[in-house]
Amino acid sequence: MSEPSETPAEMIRFENVVKRFGSNTVLENLNFTVAPGEFVTLIGPSGSGKTTILRLVMTLERVTEGTIYVAGEPLSHMPKGGKLVPADEKYLRQARKRIGMVFQQFNLFPNMNVLRNVTEGPVRSLGKSRDEADKRARELLELVGLSDKVDARPTQLSGGQQQRVAIARALAMEPEVLLLDEVTSALDPELVTGVLHLLKDIATTTDITFLCVTHEMQFARDVSDRVMMFDGGKIVEDGPPEKIFTAPENDRTREFLQAVLDRA
Amino acid sequence: MDKWNWDRFLDAWPYVLDGLWVTIQFTVLGSIVAYVLGLIFAIIRQLRIPVVDQVLWGFIEFVRSTPLLVQVFFLYWVIRPEVLQGVDSDTQKILVGTFALGVHYACYTSEVYRAGIEAVPKGQWEAATALSLPRSRVWTGVVLPQAIPRVLPALGNYTIAMFKEVPLLSAISVFDIVYQVKTEYAASQGGAGPEAWAAAGLTFLALSYPCAILVRRLERRVGTV
Repeated sequence: MSEPSETPAEMIRFENVVKRFGSNTVLENLNFTVAPGEFVTLIGPSGSGKTTILRLVMTLERVTEGTIYVAGEPLSHMPKGGKLVPADEKYLRQARKRIGMVFQQFNLFPNMNVLRNVTEGPVRSLGKSRDEADKRARELLELVGLSDKVDARPTQLSGGQQQRVAIARALAMEPEVLLLDEVTSALDPELVTGVLHLLKDIATTTDITFLCVTHEMQFARDVSDRVMMFDGGKIVEDGPPEKIFTAPENDRTREFLQAVLDRA
Repeated sequence: MDKWNWDRFLDAWPYVLDGLWVTIQFTVLGSIVAYVLGLIFAIIRQLRIPVVDQVLWGFIEFVRSTPLLVQVFFLYWVIRPEVLQGVDSDTQKILVGTFALGVHYACYTSEVYRAGIEAVPKGQWEAATALSLPRSRVWTGVVLPQAIPRVLPALGNYTIAMFKEVPLLSAISVFDIVYQVKTEYAASQGGAGPEAWAAAGLTFLALSYPCAILVRRLERRVGTV
């Protein structure tokens, strides 16, 4: 069974998580926890398993071994007859409601206008009334600076605007956990700063728990409570950003940060 | 060959137009069945339900690999006497003809829908999952509204193809254009002759060609799969 009583201070817990794609092991016996309200950034070279972690939490992928807990409840598994068995689709549909995700490619629904994109989840999966969802969506679109684009189609918006809508769409679900998967990587350079500012505002004014994969090291440093450095499917260093970015202990972290800084 | 006779040509038109009306009815009914059933086939196949998926795949391949005329005869002479007893013979022909055309073309339209569904980016499914949308809503709200506009031209082409295959139903005495010419008109004139066949052919051309141009225009607007 889950153990929420023993560990009430955890929002996310990875317990001996292994993820393989065929014979390729992407995550190797991974253990970590994230506290409620914490902003954790995952850094590391591509292929180090960062995005896979987000996809596992969003239940877009299933664990090969181990268990993931969110808010003290099992996510990858469900309790059945006193044991944990792999979660079925019905269980997942409930469990994933507390989790939201913003994608690198925005993934807005092109067949719906901006407002509908934001209200779709609250109306169809949270069962909110259309009026209530509309009202909240307009507030959120104002928050992300797109009040005037309510009726626009996603294809009429710039990448930065689309990503703002995607952020509003994720927030409309009132997630406890928000996953940010390289959310500025597909944006034109001049649009990156605005989106990062917005995310920083949201992170500091809400109690949402964030798990963020990014290549924006300055942003990671500004906004994170904790940074985890990944390499080869393992955490090689885990600590506050000041420490990771200024005095990393691990050689791989040092090399990686050096490489990233050289590129920038 | 008989000498061309304009009177016989003009006399053929009432028969051809009577038959045209029947031909259009079968095209419309058959298309509706093919569109709906093809979509159902495509969705079932996309769900990848074990056994059901393989059975349906086998059925589709079987239908696509056998002639429509054989299917029409099989339905008419083997299945009809078993299941349509007591139904009047006109209704029997409508049911058999619509079903034969509809099911045959559904096996083609299902592939069209499948291509359209697969052309919807994976990120759309993932975004729908991230919003915890119910399965049914993912299909009706996200996937199909993006997939269907793209497949409309291909569906239109199958309707045009079907229109030109309705004459096969003359083999079970459906009063389509061909039946009208080869039986009714021929009886009144002592043989069909080149004039009536020319009128029949021109009628098909006059409808198929403009429709094909419309489809091509639609294709340019929505793109192809």
